Amino acid sequence: MTTLKQLRGSAAIAGVATYGCGEAPGHTDMELLAEAARRAVADAGLAMKDIDGLCTASASATMWAMPVIEYLGLRPSYIDSTMLGGSSFIAHLLPAMQALASGQCNAVLVCYGSAQRTATFGRKEVVASRRFLDPQPYETPYEPMQPLSAYALAASRHMHEFGTTRRDLAEVAVAARAWARLNPEAFMRGPLSIDDVLGARMVCDPLSVRDSCLVTDGAGAFVLVRADHARDLPREPVHVLGTGTAVWNRQISSMHDLTMTAARDSGRAAFGMAGLAPRDIDVVQLYDAFTINVLLFLEDLGFCAKGEGGAFVRDGAIAPGGRLPVNTNGGGLSCVHPGMYGIFALIEAVRQLRGEGGERQVAGAVTALAHGNGGTLSSQATAVLGLAQAL
Amino acid sequence: MTNSSTTSQATATGVLARHQAELDAGRFLIQRCGACQRAVYFPRALCPHCGAGEPAMVAPAGTGAVYAVTTVRRKPEAGGDYNVCIVELDEGVRLMSRVEGMPLADVRIGLRVRARVVVPPGGSGMVVFGAATGDAA
Ligand SMILES: [Zn+2]
Repeated sequence: MTTLKQLRGSAAIAGVATYGCGEAPGHTDMELLAEAARRAVADAGLAMKDIDGLCTASASATMWAMPVIEYLGLRPSYIDSTMLGGSSFIAHLLPAMQALASGQCNAVLVCYGSAQRTATFGRKEVVASRRFLDPQPYETPYEPMQPLSAYALAASRHMHEFGTTRRDLAEVAVAARAWARLNPEAFMRGPLSIDDVLGARMVCDPLSVRDSCLVTDGAGAFVLVRADHARDLPREPVHVLGTGTAVWNRQISSMHDLTMTAARDSGRAAFGMAGLAPRDIDVVQLYDAFTINVLLFLEDLGFCAKGEGGAFVRDGAIAPGGRLPVNTNGGGLSCVHPGMYGIFALIEAVRQLRGEGGERQVAGAVTALAHGNGGTLSSQATAVLGLAQAL
Repeated sequence: MTNSSTTSQATATGVLARHQAELDAGRFLIQRCGACQRAVYFPRALCPHCGAGEPAMVAPAGTGAVYAVTTVRRKPEAGGDYNVCIVELDEGVRLMSRVEGMPLADVRIGLRVRARVVVPPGGSGMVVFGAATGDAA
């Protein structure tokens, strides 16, 4: 039997790519995905024929792996299309590592694409279809504006229990924008101040439009291979030191505690497998669908104590030049958010470890954490990544 | 055969349908597990705490407190702002709902509330809350 400790560092990300981030009018989800996939495979120094494992998920197509395999012309011996919302592509890591370790496959492509910003089939239609296909009969009658209302409810509770303020939440949005201003790929790069966020149009109190992620197009892909294989490929391998996934609930009203997410479990699993602690992490990428997410995940992943997220981010502490670099690409708040952001958090972690961050590069980053979230604080997946010297 | 299967279908209506039928008749029920005695909401076919078969439907006291709250902003011409909250019942379970009959800004966490069932025109019965004035906190 292979233990999780034995899997530590056994696989590495050998290639990454993004494509069509921001606006990609006239494209389908599949076209964006395919181009990101093609570029990630090339980045890994591989050919599409080398890919014999596939992980993918879609917010709309329930059998999404099949058309992706068909479109890319693959014959994979390993397939995972587990759909956990935005955490999916980080959740795909551990089963893929096991498949690689067992020899079931040799090169796994993880890929996602969405044209949600420019598609004619818009969010309204998706929401209407889900009412029938995936009903939540105990929440829908009250017309929560999802997913925003769910996160607003969590924010209200966090503020009540811990004295967190709207200004604390605004710090998260302002830090994300400051990073985005250093990233040519980011969709929103204009200046943003605390007062801008506090004065922005309220959508679901206490969250304003500036506390909310972007709605963009975009695709991301990465290639995972065994570590020994990665060492023979052109890119510096980024090893998966630890990873974990946890789900406690689907609906926000079913959360056991609105201020604590299953990231507590996914983070514990990832750090446990990696043999590392939060203080060992150089750069952090957190799924920031809304500003409250970052506070919750900093707490639940152990970067600060429960309730201290607001204090932790104050005075630019997670912005460029702060004590902990968080969401260095600008995050879902300012860089890209095509429905499921998790894969972009992972890709940015890889780029930072490879030293490809350009103006936003965190000097000397050897370890990184990428965290995905799905549903309405429902699914959580964490990955701890590191360069060879972290093995 | 045909008769008995028809009969069993008529009586074996699912948990969701039976709970909704009670709401449509103006009655708000939660569940209590006969095995572990814990309260359950939303209603379901097994106890999420201990795995026992379908918990019995019981009437809650109907009182609780606002646990989390948001005001959803909407243009006045579309109906204006409205409240969405999560209420924790005194039985310890929570549900999404709304608090009616008071200014939105006054719906705060900790507010004592009392349930009532409303049936919107042409719609299904649903639980909403109002301020539980006079109730002990
Ligand atoms: Zn029970």
